[in-house]
Amino acid sequence: MKPSTAYRQYHPKWYRTRVSTLWWSRKWSYLKFMLRELSSVFVACYVVILLLQLHALRGGPDAYQGFQDWLKDPWLVILNGVSFLFVLFHAVTWFNLTPKAMAVRLRGKRLPNVLVAAPNYVAWLAVSALVVFLLTRQG
Amino acid sequence: MAKRSNEPLLWALFSGGGVVAAFLLPVLIFLYGLAFPLGWLQPPDYERTLELVQHPLARPILFLLCFLSLFHWAHRFRFTLYDGLQIKHLNLVINLFCYGGAVTGTVAAAYLLWTLP
Repeated sequence: MKPSTAYRQYHPKWYRTRVSTLWWSRKWSYLKFMLRELSSVFVACYVVILLLQLHALRGGPDAYQGFQDWLKDPWLVILNGVSFLFVLFHAVTWFNLTPKAMAVRLRGKRLPNVLVAAPNYVAWLAVSALVVFLLTRQG
Repeated sequence: MAKRSNEPLLWALFSGGGVVAAFLLPVLIFLYGLAFPLGWLQPPDYERTLELVQHPLARPILFLLCFLSLFHWAHRFRFTLYDGLQIKHLNLVINLFCYGGAVTGTVAAAYLLWTLP
């Protein structure tokens, strides 16, 4: 709060406890929240790699080979391994939001959360399998 | 009249990007980041990749993937900085960095996809 802030006369001063900058490191559920939010950094990081891939693809066969060799750099493999864990975390937490966002009722009874989230996982599996099929099918 | 907020639009982009990232990024990072470089699976070569990208659906999907994922990052990271570091007073800088970065990446994606052979 700025010291110059003007108060009305007799206006009650708000009492707010100061929150430490590291408030999220104190409790596992808070840390989990922070890690979930940080997954977005790895999402953006992958988009940058994808843009570099498109750039290499535009550059011709040699440039593309160079990109594929660059991906083998141990540091990049480590980064991608970490990214993979973070985007998995993002995906699971995102799919599990569905039952929190909507209450599905069947014959007046609320469906259990697992059943509401399940279609997400089925679709996820199908999309992933299709991508693997498209990218590993030779010719 | 009250000024209209653009928050709903940013939220829509955030959740759209959340969906796209959840469905596509795990498998893509697994393949290109781990399985291909470590030799677990055979990657598609230059010709095959080009063939895949030339499918009529490929470019729109890749564009949406970049566009929505970047805005997903921008929105979420903005609030991570707000809540995690409590630096709300740097509002303008953070917004410029996050949404400016997302716009730059989206333009780059459009340009690259448009000029691909």
